[in-house]
Amino acid sequence: MNDGGLSAAHSARETPVPSMRQRAMRLFLSDFFVLYLSLAYFLVLMPFLPTLSNPANIANILSNMWPLLVVAVGQTFVLTIAGIDLSQGSVVGFTSVVGAMLLATTASPDVLSNAPIWGTIITENGGPLAGVPGGVAIAILVMVAAGALIGAANGIAIAHFQMPPFMVTLVTMIVISALAIYLTQSENIRNLPESYIQLGKGDIVSVYFGEQDESRIPRRQIHSFVTYPMLIAVTVAICAHVLLNRTVFGRQVFAIGINRKAAKISGVPVKRVIVLVFTISAICATVGAILYSTRLEAGRPTLGDGNFLLDVIGATVIGGTSLFGGKGKIIWTVFGVFFFVLLSNTLNLMNLSSFHIDMVKGTVIVAAALLDVLRTRLIQGDAL
Amino acid sequence: MTELLSFEGLRKDYFGVPAVRDLTLGIRKGEVVGVIGENGAGKSTLMNMIGGVVAPSAGEMRWLGALYHPRSPSDATARGVAFIHQELNLFTNLTIAENIFVDDFPSRFGLIDRTAMRQRTADLLRQLALDVATETDVEKLTPGERQLVEIAKALHRDAELIIFDEPTTSLTPRETAKLFETIERLKADGKTILYISHILGDVKRLCDSVVVLRDGQLVAQEKAEGFDVPDMITAMIGRALGGLYPERSAAPSSDILFSAKGLCQPGILEDVSFDIHAGEILGLFGLMGSGRSEMARIVFGLDPLEQGELTLQGNPLSGGVRARIASGVAFVTEDRRAEGLLMDAPTVDNLSLVSIEEFGRTSLAFLDQARLEQSTEHLKTEMVIKAGDIRTQPVRALSGGNQQKVVIGKWLMRQPDLFILDEPTRGVDVGAKFEIYAIADRLAAAGSGVLFISSELEELTGMCDRIMVMNRGEVTGRFDRSDFSDRDILAMAFGKKPETNGVAA
Repeated sequence: MNDGGLSAAHSARETPVPSMRQRAMRLFLSDFFVLYLSLAYFLVLMPFLPTLSNPANIANILSNMWPLLVVAVGQTFVLTIAGIDLSQGSVVGFTSVVGAMLLATTASPDVLSNAPIWGTIITENGGPLAGVPGGVAIAILVMVAAGALIGAANGIAIAHFQMPPFMVTLVTMIVISALAIYLTQSENIRNLPESYIQLGKGDIVSVYFGEQDESRIPRRQIHSFVTYPMLIAVTVAICAHVLLNRTVFGRQVFAIGINRKAAKISGVPVKRVIVLVFTISAICATVGAILYSTRLEAGRPTLGDGNFLLDVIGATVIGGTSLFGGKGKIIWTVFGVFFFVLLSNTLNLMNLSSFHIDMVKGTVIVAAALLDVLRTRLIQGDAL
Repeated sequence: MTELLSFEGLRKDYFGVPAVRDLTLGIRKGEVVGVIGENGAGKSTLMNMIGGVVAPSAGEMRWLGALYHPRSPSDATARGVAFIHQELNLFTNLTIAENIFVDDFPSRFGLIDRTAMRQRTADLLRQLALDVATETDVEKLTPGERQLVEIAKALHRDAELIIFDEPTTSLTPRETAKLFETIERLKADGKTILYISHILGDVKRLCDSVVVLRDGQLVAQEKAEGFDVPDMITAMIGRALGGLYPERSAAPSSDILFSAKGLCQPGILEDVSFDIHAGEILGLFGLMGSGRSEMARIVFGLDPLEQGELTLQGNPLSGGVRARIASGVAFVTEDRRAEGLLMDAPTVDNLSLVSIEEFGRTSLAFLDQARLEQSTEHLKTEMVIKAGDIRTQPVRALSGGNQQKVVIGKWLMRQPDLFILDEPTRGVDVGAKFEIYAIADRLAAAGSGVLFISSELEELTGMCDRIMVMNRGEVTGRFDRSDFSDRDILAMAFGKKPETNGVAA
């Protein structure tokens, strides 16, 4: 800072800052701020909500976290290029239907006979991949391909036709949701094969607290901690982190988010990167669809409807990824998702109605957006 | 004469680092005072304190003898301070009258009193000799006219102290002359003017006295009369500068490196042809709207070209920006904030942006972080970029000259064959200017071609082998170094047909 005078980073309004304040600032701007906040929140509420720290509840919080994390990781990429992807929820619903209709082992005409897929794709004997060896892998490939296609379409409309991301993904959301509902006439597709369901339920490390009185411990007293969804989500998050921070592609994502014009003039393949980012976002939504539908043991067209979008964008923004682009970290999103899931969980434990819960969540998201503005200002030293 | 504004031991620290210190100075009422200094000398901080944007850490300011400590920009405005900024703060979608009254519309019976607005605006425009209708939308005005609207706004608010911050950077010479007349008139009306500029010739011509800042301190306050440009520079940088321009270290070769033939783009370019030789610096001079920057954008593949041929080392140039970069073309745009830099990213990211793909086997493979940091560190040292931690400090925090070096530096990680520099020294202090010229010279000496676009004729005649002049999308003149003549070049820039044409390129 040898040219001190113009260093905008330091042109805060205040005269020399006391060290307490500086320390508070550093904490506020730290990568782990939201984690600290979550832990503080947890500790404060513990005396009032005795069930909060039960192993069962913690296992529950974790299992709610993983699918949301996967989807939010995709959103992190999009927000970092100063975009937004509203279509993720519809991709979750749609691809869950795609997977289920391919994999269902049997289906009931009472439920699905009105659906356009009845008789062509799915029958009383299930879907085309029912009982086929490796069918689950094929179904997942098809789901990912379908998701990727939707994401690429979003990206192409945004990058090549220069349409605003908000508009494009809003339309995609409406169209793809409608398509998913139309395909099953709003019914769920059940009877998924065990090997698929295992992806959402299988545990690797489970714990039991207490004496072993009986020869068999009842299932509900065993709490899953390390599960397949956890492995999948953590793997996705690590890959995403590497992609965003350690590759050429990641650098270009940030460059576009900070200054698209300058990036273009410096030879960044802007259009290609944008298409790829929206494709990644939709693929993440598809992986989220696998985790949600295996947990539900059904393909459901409305899986990502309602306030799902609020959860995804809310969790990402709470983590600290900026809505203005150019600033995003996967680790922030991990903490943001943790905080958001914890928040929902505590509100549930307080026996609030879902309306109240949404009101609180909404308020928290506005607060997070405000924090984002504040942090951006602090970093840029915008004095006004 | 009384002092309008005075400072006593004024100091401003940013996190313990002084940006302005021990500043004791008086500004007399009715004077035009030039404020000069290198980027980072403390000019902006001083202005921010006067304008109520930041509060001093110590010392005091007095306004007509009374303590003056504005708590906000609106405090300063109320007291009679007005800023005319580099980037104008007008609403381009509103009319002149609406802009002038934007923060207090006169009302009558609860409705906006348009008649009163128009009359007052017409009065103000007449004072400033701006002959346009009060209901004209600001977006239809030229940069010079917009600036006059800003001044009208200041007059409307009864400003006593008008601060001009690099006001001429986007003006044509004619508009600049008009601005100076306006400033003279403001002075005659008893207004006090602070005039901040890097164009020292203007400061000398316009100002009554000159204040020089260096490292946050006052180093000189002189009558403009008898304070010549070389003395100003010596005071600003604290040593004598050998010359304003480096000696060219090699002569251009006779091989044609780049050639443009018959470039046509309706409304922008008309049949523009020129060559650049290896090792040559070709200057391009023209006024705003002459098509000089537009042509640079076309050559770089940013904007479409309807007709014409571009070749670099015999190979036709086609495709978009990426193809041009791959062929060895580099482009420093005139607007470094909007198009040159990732302001919130650190120096490392900015310097490596162009060649980032060379640091990973594929775009999805691991970056070679160590090599990347080594290369950028090397470049930083070589270009003498003054920055803190280049991995964390955002380039926003660098001074203008260092920012510009970063923009240029990102193209130097690979030696470009054709380097297009569009106003590379705009808003850059004297020391950094010299270094930028030296870079252009080094590139040319290494066999590259440089297209140097500038509206400062002096630097073109100082640095270039040849100068090409454009007016309204056409080439109106070409000059060899031996024929450089400011008068002729300016005449052609204004569209006068050449009497004796220079040597054809």
